[in-house]
Amino acid sequence: MFKLFLPAVVALGALTLPSLLSAQDITVGEYASLTGSEATFGINSDNGVQLAAEEINNAGGVLGRKVKLIVEDDQSKAGQPSSAVKKLISSDKVVAVIGEIASSRSLEAGPICQEAKIPMVSPGSTNPTVTEKGDYIFRVCFIDPFQGTVMAKFALDTLKAKKVAILSDVTSDYSKGLSQYFTEYYKKHGGEIVIERSYSGGGSDKDFRAQLTAIRAAHPDAIFVPGYYTEAGLIGKQARTLGLKVPLLGGDGWDSPKLAEIAGNSLDGCYFSTHFSPADKSAKVQDFVKKYTAKFKTAPDGMAPLGYDAMMILAEAIKRAGTTDGDKVRDALASVKNYEAVTGNITIDEKRNAQKSAVVLEVAGKENKFVASVAP
Amino acid sequence: MTGIDLSQKLTDFTQQLVNGVAAGTFYALIALGYTMVYGVLRFINFAHGDVFMVGAFAGYWLTPLLMPHFAGHLAPFGICLVLFLSMAICALLGIVIEKLAYRPLRTQPKLTVLITAIGVSLLLEYGGQFAFGSDPKPFPPLFEDSTLEVHGIFIQYSQIIVVGVTAALLVALSFIVKRTRLGLAMRALSNNATAASLVGVNLDTVISFTFGLGSALAGAAGILYSIYNPSIAPLMGIQPGLKAFVAAVLGGIGNIPGAAVGGLIIGIVETFVGGSSFSSYRDAIAFAILIVILLFRPAGLFGRAVTEKV
Repeated sequence: MFKLFLPAVVALGALTLPSLLSAQDITVGEYASLTGSEATFGINSDNGVQLAAEEINNAGGVLGRKVKLIVEDDQSKAGQPSSAVKKLISSDKVVAVIGEIASSRSLEAGPICQEAKIPMVSPGSTNPTVTEKGDYIFRVCFIDPFQGTVMAKFALDTLKAKKVAILSDVTSDYSKGLSQYFTEYYKKHGGEIVIERSYSGGGSDKDFRAQLTAIRAAHPDAIFVPGYYTEAGLIGKQARTLGLKVPLLGGDGWDSPKLAEIAGNSLDGCYFSTHFSPADKSAKVQDFVKKYTAKFKTAPDGMAPLGYDAMMILAEAIKRAGTTDGDKVRDALASVKNYEAVTGNITIDEKRNAQKSAVVLEVAGKENKFVASVAP
Repeated sequence: MTGIDLSQKLTDFTQQLVNGVAAGTFYALIALGYTMVYGVLRFINFAHGDVFMVGAFAGYWLTPLLMPHFAGHLAPFGICLVLFLSMAICALLGIVIEKLAYRPLRTQPKLTVLITAIGVSLLLEYGGQFAFGSDPKPFPPLFEDSTLEVHGIFIQYSQIIVVGVTAALLVALSFIVKRTRLGLAMRALSNNATAASLVGVNLDTVISFTFGLGSALAGAAGILYSIYNPSIAPLMGIQPGLKAFVAAVLGGIGNIPGAAVGGLIIGIVETFVGGSSFSSYRDAIAFAILIVILLFRPAGLFGRAVTEKV
């Protein structure tokens, strides 16, 4: 009796399980730095993704099915993104992947998604090589050639800085790329890079006095620090203790509430470029700020709306593709045009990058002041 | 070269020297633990760098608990109390690690103990991530860290405190090792363990004491490091631990003054390379210098070459 019964159950299960699954949720994977030296990037972009998924599901889901997020923490560490994404694809069978902010980690996981033909949408990796890894890799943010130009232009035209020093993170593709694009524009338009020094990021270097002393000797008008907030905060603090009073400039890697917490008031009056300012008066932004603040009891930084936009654009693409099939979703993502996102109007170009404007913010205590918005 | 150029160069050189000495003190303090344990047990305690991390977290936990009771002019006592309690916590940790992980393996091959040490190190690192979370935390300021300017050279109060406390600890250590019975026993054990036990030295006590002493110094280094660079994380001990190990080897492993000097050398070299245009290769160059020195003096700067009988 038992012998007969068991195969029957197995057969029944085999028949009903796949159909049950497909009628249920659309699983979307996400890998993010929820802990570690860039934890606020992961936490805040994930908040954005969660908020978007909640809204999508409250509005009835996509293709009549709920979106189910599976989030993996990569601990801000090299080596973790690839295992996280392999797990998401092979064991969780996700239909698409969202992640990362840090370019080095997107570059690590991208080729795995490409290989598996699973579309990947990066909320905030700005290094141009990220999407060059394959035609299944997209992003909803601008790229560093643009961001570097914005800051170089800002240094030249607004700050009237003729001599700039660069202090970059040698372990980060983002930092190396951004300093390269900054230098290209800055030199071409009459600026001089008086000195370049580097450090190891990811929480390993904490003492930057050696580099800053050398920078001090070169008498720059400003210092470009294209790194992440953990280091930028300490660099600001140590620069001031060495008597360096010139403004520091940074990119979107500075965009974290932790920056001011680490730096104290040492970075006040310094500037960085990023994706979004909560001070933007547009209805879309104000609506997002209201919803976000209500849910998470804190104002969004630049990474939160990027996570939100990444999830929204992915849902939109699945809706238009009419299926969760990787190839079709990919094609739908590639043809996104004039999508009204929180971080601006998104059009995906032929290199799978989003074309949109950047904002320049001034650090002022815990708040950041809006300075300028620069269109591409 | 004009006079202004020269004086500017001298200022920058002195500034880098100040930076380098401050950076070297942490390596020196940690290196002492490596070298003392090697002296008595002939093995490298790879968990030592993580004891340094525990010291920093002990301070992180003790500061908000103790400092409110030491307001105003009492603050220096509060800082000392935080320092001593963190050192005590680390000393206890060092003794417990030795007792639980290394003592049962004392008669086993050295490789077994070495691998156990790596295991203990990983346990502390990932246990720390589990207990404290892996994101960096700002270390609470123990005092207002102002800057002093002397002829264009900027010196932080924390740099003075770091160097001063380290110097005091080194004097205390040298007193303990040279003038106390336990110090004598340590040196005897380091010289010849069998002979020492034959004349009545209690090996277990002396080894426990050595671990406690070394770990207390690592704990002090953890606090001083966090005062100087106020951002702490559970994996913060790996890099300084590795460099301090190198410092100990550079000074001649087993040699106490050698470890202190080795630490200072590593700190200063690292700072000058970091300020040069080779800053991207800072660690590589620091380690290359080590290799060159060891080629010419295989026993380290202060070590004596000993031929092992086989």
